[in-house]
Amino acid sequence: MSTSLRLRAAIVSIVLFVAFLGIWQLATRGTAPAANMSPEYAKLMGATATQGASAMPGPIEVGAKLWEHVRRPFYDNGPNDKGLGIQLGYSIARVSLGYLLAVVIAIPLGFLIGMSPLVSRALDPFIQILKPISPLAWMPLALYTIKDSGLSAIFVIFICSVWPMLINTSFGVASVRKEWINVARTLEVGTIRRAFTVILPAAAPTILTGMRISIGIAWLVIVAAEMLVGGTGIGYFVWNEWNNLSITNVIIAIVLIGLVGMLLDQVLARVTRLVTFPE
Amino acid sequence: MAIFDDPFDAERNLRPACICGQHRSAAEHDRASHSLRCEPAEDRRYEGVVASALVRAVFPRDAARRAFLKSVGASTALAVLSQFFPLKTATEAFADTGTPEKKDLKVGFIPITCATPIIMGAPLGFYAKHGLNVEVVKTAGWAVIRDKTINKEYDASHMLAPMPIAISLGLGAQPIPFVVPAIENINGQGITLAMKHKDRRDPKDWKGMKFAIPFDYSMHNYLLRYYLAEHGLDPDTDVQLRSVPPPEMVANLRAENIDGFLAPDNICQRAIYDGVGFLHVLSKDIWDGHPCCSFAASREFITTAPNSFAALTRAIVDATAYASKAENRKLIAEAIAPANYINAPVTVLEQVLTGTYADGLGGIKTDPKRVDFDPFPWQSFAVWMLTQMKRWGQVKGDVDYKAIAEQVYLATDTKKLMQEMGLTPPASSYKTFSVMGKTFDPDKPDDYLASFKIRKAS
Repeated sequence: MSTSLRLRAAIVSIVLFVAFLGIWQLATRGTAPAANMSPEYAKLMGATATQGASAMPGPIEVGAKLWEHVRRPFYDNGPNDKGLGIQLGYSIARVSLGYLLAVVIAIPLGFLIGMSPLVSRALDPFIQILKPISPLAWMPLALYTIKDSGLSAIFVIFICSVWPMLINTSFGVASVRKEWINVARTLEVGTIRRAFTVILPAAAPTILTGMRISIGIAWLVIVAAEMLVGGTGIGYFVWNEWNNLSITNVIIAIVLIGLVGMLLDQVLARVTRLVTFPE
Repeated sequence: MAIFDDPFDAERNLRPACICGQHRSAAEHDRASHSLRCEPAEDRRYEGVVASALVRAVFPRDAARRAFLKSVGASTALAVLSQFFPLKTATEAFADTGTPEKKDLKVGFIPITCATPIIMGAPLGFYAKHGLNVEVVKTAGWAVIRDKTINKEYDASHMLAPMPIAISLGLGAQPIPFVVPAIENINGQGITLAMKHKDRRDPKDWKGMKFAIPFDYSMHNYLLRYYLAEHGLDPDTDVQLRSVPPPEMVANLRAENIDGFLAPDNICQRAIYDGVGFLHVLSKDIWDGHPCCSFAASREFITTAPNSFAALTRAIVDATAYASKAENRKLIAEAIAPANYINAPVTVLEQVLTGTYADGLGGIKTDPKRVDFDPFPWQSFAVWMLTQMKRWGQVKGDVDYKAIAEQVYLATDTKKLMQEMGLTPPASSYKTFSVMGKTFDPDKPDDYLASFKIRKAS
């Protein structure tokens, strides 16, 4: 039953994908070649103007280009042109740094906030205001104060991914069932031991959920940040290809960004399942 | 261009020589060198400077010198003189301009053809020739390049010609003294309109249209405002001007979010290439020889690393000299087109640089001066920009035009440097020029400003 459901779902997925490719191909067929254009003039013009080719590439074009990238992911043609593998590596390294920094700060801080209703109430308005700020809004401030674009990008990832973790950790800690804490208290368990053996395991699923939301945000932010600071990374790649109006490469980058984002999310989903417990 | 002629080359007026000076013509040079790289004959140029100084020292009187040269011939004279004077050593001492304090430099650029000398300095080896290891870094936009240069991530940068003035004055940034040792390119912009406006060529009909410019402190902004105002439109009230990064301009034009733009080149040609716009007018037709982009650095960089700065300026002047020659343009287009540099189709860059281009309406036009390269930082350019900054309310109150111009545009230093390189820079740092038929006199900026009817009330 379950396998047949899975099989049927897979078939529907494939059918949807093929239908999507078909519609895409049809939609980007373009029009007839432009009539009465002198050959000398046509030589100076692009395919959009001469062949009536659509400005949007079709799936075949994208596939061919993707194959080209997959075949040489690590080429290095100088500071402004590197292979997609290298670009993704830079982006993942930046995300990891900013994200780990956020974990190191948000989880202990969230713990403290969650254990004290007073601090929790006092800090709440600040967190609520800082949480919805876009990474692009932080960027000029970071560039101006930190005076280093690489660090600024990491800072922006940090500042955007810290809030969901902070909120979830404090929420998870605050909503540990009162009975468990009371039992620990009756058994005269010390504060630190109580934090590590009772509260942490109980709050772990909520904390991990926060971390999972955060990694998604961090990955969203990196593209925007790299488009601004430039130099390296998948966001820079998107910007550089956009400069050349190469929509084909932009689509490839979009697909890759989606894939890597999904992978990061899946890793944390696995970890979440490890710490989940039945009640 | 006069300032790049070799004054010691007897054949200089007869035919254009090649850049390295070892061949009679560019064609011969191309045959000789299959690679892109060619070392200009720097040493020979320096030798010429030293030798002529020597001849003048030995025969201080012109008549006597001429008689001597006539009787023995110039080459014999030189050979005789070098017998008792170590010409080679003197030339070396003269050319030795001090080791750079910092060899590994980072220079930022925006991927447009204006940056040609900065970019091609890397693939064609101009930086290496002057003992520098320069990494040219592509940057996302003018505000970012400004911040990165201020933050010392870049040692020097490609900037719009008015930007160093704006930064020095603290407009839109903290005031930090910046300098311009060299102009990158002159001309090289254009007004491009969307295809649907191909029958609305009279600017008087443009009321209510939306135009994009690359940055507020840009020649593009001032030239578009000037052009509109000369046709009776107030750029602040009759049309909408938006700051849009160049690559987004073509996309916005296609999406009909804007009606046109005054953009740096390869962007204009790119809109034509993609069939979304046509060239209404080249900026050259508004003001022939106007500055566009500059090569800029902070004053702090000059004081901490004067030799690096001098070497960098020399490399840029050299590259500019190379780019100013029409016969080199095709080669340059190929060198700067890859993804590591401008990242644009070679055809587009070639049309911009060679000046034989499709106009977007089905015609092919030829204008070899569509974009040109001349490094001399005329201080009168800076004065003109200041008058326009004041005209459109970017600076308020009294402006000491010449003091600011002389602080930011290093005409005197560049002049000295060019003389040392054996080039012939202009004698004055100010010149009058005409913008849409109206003469600008750098000595009377306030009168010039007062003569405009359309301006922002201050």
